[in-house]
Amino acid sequence: MSQSKSSDMNMIEAIRDAMDVKMSSDPNVLVFGEDVGYFGGVFRCTAGLQEKHGLHRCFDTPISEGGIVGMAVGMAANGLRPVAEIQFADYIYPGYDQIASEAARLRYRSNGEFTAPLTIRTPVGGGIYGGTTHSQSPEALFTHIAGLKTVIPSNPYDAKGLLISAIEDDDPVLFLEPKRLYNGPFDGEPHKASVSWAGHALGDVPSGEYRISLGKARVLREGEALTILAYGTMVWVAQAAVEATGVDAEIIDLRSLLPLDLETIVASVKKTGRAMVLHEATRTSGFGAELIAEIQEHCFYYLEAPLVRVTGWDTPYPHAQEWAYFPTKERVMREINDMMDAD
Amino acid sequence: MSKRQNTSRLYVPEPPFRPGDTPDYSHISVPAKHTPPRPDPMCDDHETAGHALGLIRVLRFNGEAVGDWKPKLTSEQLLKGLRDMMLTRAMDIRMFNMQRQGKMSFYMKSTGEEAVSVGHAMALRADDMTFPTYRQQGILINRGAPIAEMMCQCLSNGGDRLQGKSIPVLYSFRDFGFFSVSGNLGTQLIQGVGWAMANAYKNEDSIASVFTGEGATAEGDFHYALNFASTYRAPCIINVVNNQWAISSFQGIAMGEGESFAARGTGYGLATLRVDGNDLLAVYAATEWAAERARKGGGATVIEHFTYRKEGHSTSDDPTKYRPEDEPEVWPFGDPITRLKDHLIHIGEWSEEKHLAQEKELKLHIRDLYKEAEKMGNLSGDTHVDPLTMFEQVYGDMPDHLKRQRANFLDED
Repeated sequence: MSQSKSSDMNMIEAIRDAMDVKMSSDPNVLVFGEDVGYFGGVFRCTAGLQEKHGLHRCFDTPISEGGIVGMAVGMAANGLRPVAEIQFADYIYPGYDQIASEAARLRYRSNGEFTAPLTIRTPVGGGIYGGTTHSQSPEALFTHIAGLKTVIPSNPYDAKGLLISAIEDDDPVLFLEPKRLYNGPFDGEPHKASVSWAGHALGDVPSGEYRISLGKARVLREGEALTILAYGTMVWVAQAAVEATGVDAEIIDLRSLLPLDLETIVASVKKTGRAMVLHEATRTSGFGAELIAEIQEHCFYYLEAPLVRVTGWDTPYPHAQEWAYFPTKERVMREINDMMDAD
Repeated sequence: MSKRQNTSRLYVPEPPFRPGDTPDYSHISVPAKHTPPRPDPMCDDHETAGHALGLIRVLRFNGEAVGDWKPKLTSEQLLKGLRDMMLTRAMDIRMFNMQRQGKMSFYMKSTGEEAVSVGHAMALRADDMTFPTYRQQGILINRGAPIAEMMCQCLSNGGDRLQGKSIPVLYSFRDFGFFSVSGNLGTQLIQGVGWAMANAYKNEDSIASVFTGEGATAEGDFHYALNFASTYRAPCIINVVNNQWAISSFQGIAMGEGESFAARGTGYGLATLRVDGNDLLAVYAATEWAAERARKGGGATVIEHFTYRKEGHSTSDDPTKYRPEDEPEVWPFGDPITRLKDHLIHIGEWSEEKHLAQEKELKLHIRDLYKEAEKMGNLSGDTHVDPLTMFEQVYGDMPDHLKRQRANFLDED
């Protein structure tokens, strides 16, 4: 496939392009969800797909997340490659049983006779004044499920390559889209003017098919003093905080939470001797706990400081107090400085 | 009547009879002559609204087959249906007893419900995918699945194609159109609708047939299935096997004391049929009607199979603790095997002697198959399944973290 051409895309366009490319190359790829058909989705990720590929390829569903996922499981078992949109991750819970008990376990319980190669796309994270019901980051509820893969891109280039890999994957993949990054990278300073992806190196998206393997992290910035593990929106907050503090930190964008690129993580922490884990989700039993457990198991004798996690508070995502909840650039800077002062 | 009484305005339904009561079902009408007429399978859905409140029956208790639902089946087909039901029952008896001897962890009989699974399967095409619950083993037997291999699944042994990953009776036989059975009730209904939609998308004329007990119609998944089946005119059949009991809860707990689970379909704009589930000919006829409708693009039908669970829910419960011991005997719709036997005798194709001889023959046949199956291991001894296989088929390709855990597991030895 030719990759000679590329163009500036925001993350919405990159995600749409991934579906468009796969719908063009594989008649078994169907796209559906609430408002995704004629209207093109509340975030416009499926705009134009119905018109281009037909009503039977991209269509609206009832407001029924359990039904959407359950239908997708049956379609996937019968040879299709469904891409289901859940309008907000906050709405995914009625579909949780179909994801955890069915999609993720069908291959195992049938010992490979039936599989569920489906992709579930859903926007996550806050920063848009969405309050308790449009801001959640429930990734840890899904990384705990054997048989499921969980992916979260931080930029348009990765979003397209990861989504193509997810659609082609023979197992169910939960594809989390940090909605605060749809239109541009976010540096964790809420009251600054927003920045677009135009002109950003990772907003330059090749046309046609390309893939990013599920389970491979990206080293966004190399450094010697500290390893910062982040994913989604927090990748860009980390970068802004590192630049502001001047600490020579290595920033790893995990991209895929399960499977996890432990090799890259361990190599980095062994080099720097320090690790900080960032996520927007609540703290207790969050994915950061898993990362810290793996690091202490594999890097214990290399550590020079206690492991630190910077997360959202253990509260529902508040509306008016959104930026007090969010681990902002300022909070991350303070934690970096505290950690480096701990010598 | 009921020994427990509501002592406040809060109403909690109770079954009419509990242990110690004398069950009397004379109030349940057995409408031999009131079978609703057979409409054209492509009729408007509302033309079947009355069928959801009636009861389709073909076999009368004197052995006659009557009415316009009477299917055109040859005596060979009828004899095979009888044999399949008897095989299913003989297998159930054997496996239940072997569970009691500790050879397997668990078993579930389908006694009294054999006509539902066998009669339904007889009216489907081989390429129609079924999404059964744990009480439709008769589908596999009708479709000729290897019984010894089914037994191996229950024994979780070296002959189990699932390598011990699933509990007994949760079979998966893709090659016999039998979808992997989930232990989470109701979840497969909407999956079957999705499967059927995929058939339609691919312009195939095969259909899906999904099952639930009456108890799990209370799950949201049942609503999803009926709603999506209606919205997308999915080529499928949605079967509710109303066997009166969900473990220890009578059918009134699932939906109140209304008349019909089939009527649930009416509000969704689906065709609805309610059929005597102990009457193999009626089950066949209703299925044939619904399959034709689905195949021709008429959409889904909800069929309530009205039957009775003659045994406990599973090997883990004792039904005499929650219902009268003799209730199965006084249930007014008889036994499905006896009723088909009486019909075959009535039309001169069978006799009591032949029936007894076949019963003996099948018992021995099942015994031999079981002995063959148990040679490959059982749960109380060696299953002959490598424990390392537990790490396989979690994903298509084993990810690194599972490879590390498998290595750790090997180090434990």
